[in-house]
Amino acid sequence: MTVPVLSVRNLEVEFLTRRSTLRAINGVSFDIAKGEVLGVVGESGAGKSVTGLAVIGLIDPPGRISGGEIYLSGTRIDHLPLEEIRRIRGKRIGMIFQDPLTSLNPLYRIGDQIVETIRTHLNLSETAARKRAIDLLAEVGIPAPDKRIDAYPHEFSGGMRQRVVIALAICAEPELIIADEPTTALDVSVQAQIISLIKRLGRDHGTAVMLVTHDMGVIAETSDRVAVMYSGRIAEIGPVQDVVQNPLHPYAKGLMGAIPTLAGEDKRLVQIPGSMPRLSAIPPGCPFNPRCAFVFDRCRVDRPEPLKHGSHAVACHLFDTAPHEAAKETVA
Amino acid sequence: MLAFTLRRAIQAIGVMIAVGVIAFSMFRFAGDPVNQIVSLDTPAAEREAVRKSLGLDDPVPVQFARYFANAAQFKFGVSYQFRQPVSNLLMERMPATLELAACATVLAMVFGILMGVYSALRRDTILTKFFQAVSLIGISLPTFLIGILLIYLFSVTLGWLPSFGRGEVVRIGWWTTGLLTLSGLKALIMPSITLGLFQMTLIMRLVRAEMLEVLRTDYIRFARARGLTTRAIHFGHALKNTLVPVITVAGLQFGSVIAFAIITETVFQWPGMGLLFVQAVQNVDIPIMAAYLLMVSLIFVTINLVVDILYTVVDPRLRSTIRRPA
Repeated sequence: MTVPVLSVRNLEVEFLTRRSTLRAINGVSFDIAKGEVLGVVGESGAGKSVTGLAVIGLIDPPGRISGGEIYLSGTRIDHLPLEEIRRIRGKRIGMIFQDPLTSLNPLYRIGDQIVETIRTHLNLSETAARKRAIDLLAEVGIPAPDKRIDAYPHEFSGGMRQRVVIALAICAEPELIIADEPTTALDVSVQAQIISLIKRLGRDHGTAVMLVTHDMGVIAETSDRVAVMYSGRIAEIGPVQDVVQNPLHPYAKGLMGAIPTLAGEDKRLVQIPGSMPRLSAIPPGCPFNPRCAFVFDRCRVDRPEPLKHGSHAVACHLFDTAPHEAAKETVA
Repeated sequence: MLAFTLRRAIQAIGVMIAVGVIAFSMFRFAGDPVNQIVSLDTPAAEREAVRKSLGLDDPVPVQFARYFANAAQFKFGVSYQFRQPVSNLLMERMPATLELAACATVLAMVFGILMGVYSALRRDTILTKFFQAVSLIGISLPTFLIGILLIYLFSVTLGWLPSFGRGEVVRIGWWTTGLLTLSGLKALIMPSITLGLFQMTLIMRLVRAEMLEVLRTDYIRFARARGLTTRAIHFGHALKNTLVPVITVAGLQFGSVIAFAIITETVFQWPGMGLLFVQAVQNVDIPIMAAYLLMVSLIFVTINLVVDILYTVVDPRLRSTIRRPA
């Protein structure tokens, strides 16, 4: 089997506060293969963005990676010295942030920002870098790129700026793109264009994509696999069709039930009662247990580990078939 | 761009007319200048003659029109105490004040920006704490006290620097400069520090606050995610964004540096416009006071204009809003 582009093993991220240490990510593991798009979904605060930032090494104090390993094409990249992780950022891992309106420096022409990034990572002359920048702008669908390259960010619309941001993220042909809610700040009509752009770029260049979002529609459209996060853990991970159509984890079931359909009859959307626990008050056992309709005793004590179940992996005691057969009966 | 500059220039002229009215009204309200010129036992007829020769018996509007026409040509009348044209007196002393103000401002900008950037990037070092202590002193100690302390330390105790005057000056055309002689440079050190210290601390605090703000923005985070070097991020991306408000404040402060040079010039007996003004106040020499007021306003208004135009050079967003006024 080939080495995955990104491999995260038992990642833990902590934030030190004056009173206590909050664990935002608690034992997250996943792989992304070459050319694969992994969607990461979950509520606000589930740890989606923090996972992305941890991979690219941008967790700032008081936060820190407190455990686990991150491998990029087989090389361990967590805890690298600052200068070495800087060389990886932008060159081997490209990142796209949520808000294109604030991602670009307002005082520099977009061309200068792209050329600067290209020349930081690739050994190109000013003219060659500029030519590459124009090609990149054309590739991400900016019309008349040879003219627009000398425009300032404020002269672009939000969707166009996000295209520029994407051009910046891919300018050194990275192996991995981390897209942190790339469409959340955009109009619905523009969202579809940006999504298909990211999808196309991933396919054309064989780039692995980690797509963080809370929009299940976006995930269903783009991703090959999906990871559902809850309270800093992965609740369920698997091929996107299987997880969307046949979710196993009660939380994933709830999420999928909350997607409105156009064709379906007018019935109330399913709602998960309660809200995600604060980081300072995560219950023992399974963090989802206070909201779960199928909760039983073991859920309040034992933390479920992700277990293989068909094509999925799911962290739920309901699917832990071997030793706790008795417990399952109480559910039924 | 041209229309914008023109519009601003017209506004500036409006401001100058308003200042002209205030300057002129000083002649009417700051006591009778004739009393300052003549002695106590001058007969009334002679007083009237003096009054007539100065044009003080004409109706007020006539006096105002005459004053204004002359002021527009930089003729501010004759000083009561020196019996010389005020414009000559001012021109003679202007180089001293401008050199002092320029030195103080350069000092304030260079050290203010350096210290501000340093203390924003290295928040918890001893040097940062030292800078902040210095800035507290600079903000809270009055200018004259700093001047006197400096004189006590470097002139009286150590004897390194002269305590007053400009040293030897070199004349270039009508301009006299102290920058070309050793004694002139030595004489410039302490007054520049005294005058610039407040501005320096102000700029340092401003740069620090702005820099901390800018470092938190999304585009800095994105610049880091793009793998740019720390140097490029701090000094290319962050500093340039920090400079927009710094330009405003530094520009306006240059005006106040000239205006408040009065105190520093008095402490160091610096032969500039400020010292001339203080002497004029003591002797109710209204033509000098009015002319000084006009000069300082002119400098302020000019600087404001330059700052407005400089903005557009730094920030492209303003350029397009100016090109297409709403």
